Amino acid sequence: MGRLLTVTGLTTEFRTERGTVRAVNDVSYTVDESEIVGLVGESGCGKSVSQLSVMQLVPNPPGKIMAGTVDFNGTNLLKYKRESREMCAIRGRDISMIFQEPMTSLNPALTVNRQMTEVLIEHLGTEPKTAREQSIDMLSQVGIPDPGKRVDDYPHQLSGGMRQRVMVAMAMLCNPKLIIADEATTALDATIQAQLLELLYDMVNKYKTALVMVTHNLGIVARYVHRINVMYAGRIVESGTVDEIWANPMHPYTEGLLKCVPKLGEKLVPIKGMPPSLVNRPDTCPFLARCRYRQKSCFEQSCSEMTCVEGTHYTTCSVLLGGQE
Amino acid sequence: MTTYVIRRVLHALVVVFIVSIIVFLLIRALPGDPIEMLVAQNASQEWTPEMVEELRRSKGLLDPVPVQYVKWFSQMARGDFGVSITHNYNIGDQIKDRAVVTLLIGLTAFLIGLVVGPLLGIISAIRRGKWVDNLVTVSANIGITAPQFWVAILLIFLFSMRLQILPIYGYTLPWVNLGQSIRQSILPVFVTALGPIASSARQTRSSVLEVLGEDYIRTAWAKGMNERKVLLKHILKNSLMPVVTLQGQMLRMIVGGSVVVERVFVIPGLGKFLVDAMLGRDYTVVQGSAVVMTIVVVLSSLIVDLLYGWIDPRIQYD
Amino acid sequence: MDNAGAIRAKTRIIPIPEDEFEVLEDQLLPPVNEFKRFIRVFFARKIVIFGAALLGLMILTAILADVVAPYGPYAQDLKNVLAGPTGAHILGTDSLGRDLFSRIIHGTRVALLVGFFSVIVGASVGTVIGLIAGFSEGILQTLLMRATDAIMAIPSLVLSLLIVGALKNGIPAVVIAVAVSMFPGYIRMVNGQVLSVKQNDYIMAEKAMGASWGRIIFQHILPNCMSPIIVMMTMMMGTSIMAEAGMSFLGIGITPPIAAWGAMCYDGYKYLMTNPLLSIAPGFAIMLLVFSFNMVGDGLRDALDPRLRGTLSE
Repeated sequence: MGRLLTVTGLTTEFRTERGTVRAVNDVSYTVDESEIVGLVGESGCGKSVSQLSVMQLVPNPPGKIMAGTVDFNGTNLLKYKRESREMCAIRGRDISMIFQEPMTSLNPALTVNRQMTEVLIEHLGTEPKTAREQSIDMLSQVGIPDPGKRVDDYPHQLSGGMRQRVMVAMAMLCNPKLIIADEATTALDATIQAQLLELLYDMVNKYKTALVMVTHNLGIVARYVHRINVMYAGRIVESGTVDEIWANPMHPYTEGLLKCVPKLGEKLVPIKGMPPSLVNRPDTCPFLARCRYRQKSCFEQSCSEMTCVEGTHYTTCSVLLGGQE
Repeated sequence: MTTYVIRRVLHALVVVFIVSIIVFLLIRALPGDPIEMLVAQNASQEWTPEMVEELRRSKGLLDPVPVQYVKWFSQMARGDFGVSITHNYNIGDQIKDRAVVTLLIGLTAFLIGLVVGPLLGIISAIRRGKWVDNLVTVSANIGITAPQFWVAILLIFLFSMRLQILPIYGYTLPWVNLGQSIRQSILPVFVTALGPIASSARQTRSSVLEVLGEDYIRTAWAKGMNERKVLLKHILKNSLMPVVTLQGQMLRMIVGGSVVVERVFVIPGLGKFLVDAMLGRDYTVVQGSAVVMTIVVVLSSLIVDLLYGWIDPRIQYD
Repeated sequence: MDNAGAIRAKTRIIPIPEDEFEVLEDQLLPPVNEFKRFIRVFFARKIVIFGAALLGLMILTAILADVVAPYGPYAQDLKNVLAGPTGAHILGTDSLGRDLFSRIIHGTRVALLVGFFSVIVGASVGTVIGLIAGFSEGILQTLLMRATDAIMAIPSLVLSLLIVGALKNGIPAVVIAVAVSMFPGYIRMVNGQVLSVKQNDYIMAEKAMGASWGRIIFQHILPNCMSPIIVMMTMMMGTSIMAEAGMSFLGIGITPPIAAWGAMCYDGYKYLMTNPLLSIAPGFAIMLLVFSFNMVGDGLRDALDPRLRGTLSE
């Protein structure tokens, strides 16, 4: 499998009233073709912003991509301007995105038909009539009953789960190489959430699409993804395959997260404390304040680079790696 | 759909009914006796107290107040506004003629405001922080803060007195003399439209800026739509919806403004009719024209509401 | 680093036991000083600073009118009737030989007085009616809200004219007339606030715990309404000053010889050809005052609107 996406040193900042917030801090990761990658972390840790940065959709102002490269199929996307024709041609065609809020992510003033066909018309120059047929076909593939009628509905006439199915259908229309699902199922009921995850999984398998699944739920990740990136306070702190991380978490934060995954008959152990503020952070390990493995040396040195544990397993924690003893 | 329309129409009727009561009661409270003014005006004639009493009776002013109201309302419902107490002309005919003048000026101003205001607002919003935006914002602020009569006086001074390119005052109906009518209408229409243009521009600007931050606009970008398509297909319709609801207010503003504008430009419309009657204490004329002005506002708001229901798919007609 | 080494390292490091472990305080940023934040946002735009300064100046002028104005508002200089701007009369004199500049200065008082009192009356009575309408159910609420709709349908200047007519001319009548035409805005806002607060879970909880409506009004509803009411009041100052000027211009409301800007404008209009300043200068004063109130209102809205508070910092 070839390499599809290589993100290197991505850094995104927001200017706010209280100072500069570095929401994404020197983030690097890769996605291979038709691979499913999970991006896990607490809310506010910069998962979504990192993905919006890849698409150049961070609202500017106040947000700004400060550094890094996003290499997609051999071209650095960040060399294009946000609103350039090249960038627009990639969004929705090669990379699609599914957002968290099904209630507000569809335009309330346009029918499903208008919102879906415009993607095909824009990117592939499809005739409106054919585009409508293709949209209806895609709606039936994502399990919308009576798609020929539903296609003329307005978003407010659909339930939350239906809308998210429409979002999935819309993302799949141009058969993209990569789909980014940003907490795509978080806002839904548990049963509908499960249905949608299965749907998404089936669709990307069927079309050999790569998928980046952004979530705060490690349980979801374990079931579907090949590799996991764990993010904390704007940094990726651990990365590896599901097996590697499950068997041997090499960052105290990942270990804490795993203890929070509900298992029958076991007591949950919460991570004490709150995620740190991202405003004007010092360069030390961001998890320091909540870390039960912290050493004196942690307070004195800046956060380590990702270091290989074994195979594809990387971590930033130098203490658990034993390098600092 | 039909139930929605019926409900809105009923609502409008109730409003008109309450307005008529408010206006009627306020008029009863007006000081000064029109009969005494009438007597004073015709001092050449010999007036005995019996004759004055008879005059009062013939004008219906001796009936109990509720009876007077019911009489007036039922006549008005049939289009009969009665006869002027002091000048003995048929009020209904006058109102009809004058309403045409007010509506001609008002509707022209309304249409101009409807097009120009949102246009300026959109340009201003998408060029936020640039000089166009600053120009529009400052002009809109002036348009809102400058009193109409003052703008009118300034324009008369500049265009009619100094440059002498437009007439100072008066009004001619377009089917009587089109050229003259247009020349006489330019300033009053501009002054009347200024407020609606400024308000709509401000409202549009802020609503476009609000829509820009909505999730579905991010979705549109994520789908690869270019700037023009995002603006035309996704931003425009959503941001104009709140502006449409504002148009009822604009009509109220225009009709209210006619009172001042028609007085400055000496235009024989409803507004001037009302003020003249007010100064001359002609009760029946004041209540008739005030109610008609309100009905114009209520009707146009009704139309705006129905249109809004047609534009916004989220409005359910049940 | 090989895996065996890493595992060894991990087992060698003993985590701090659960009960002894304490989370380190993140070097928290100093809490935002609400007042300082308010001041900073309020004065963020130059135009707002300008408006606030202008407003301060005009209020000061109104208070010190007798000291600032070179002449009294009614003092006549019969040798100089309809004089142009001269050293003695900066803006000239009117048809009765009164100094225009002095009359404009004294007019500031009238405008501010009417604006201030009508806004106070409008806001307080409107809020109370809004509360009543919100809390009463059934016929009373329907009646109040329909009456509000009706008042909203009458063009405000026409309504004010009718009320002033019924109450006889003079400043108190104008205050009441303007206040009544402003009721609907407050009634609707407060009523809406009450209705939405009544739906809230925390109000249900309070109610279930036996809190009185009075407590709910003062603890929840009024604090929620406070910012919009303050912004609305500032904006309404401009509106009511304009309404007063409009009525005085029509000769219904504040009548001569009182130095009201609107009446002065109408008076001077007759001499527009020869003495344009007589009508243009008082109108300009109206615009300045209304403009300064609107700018201050804009600044207040920016500073008080919770939606505009700094993101990511809560």
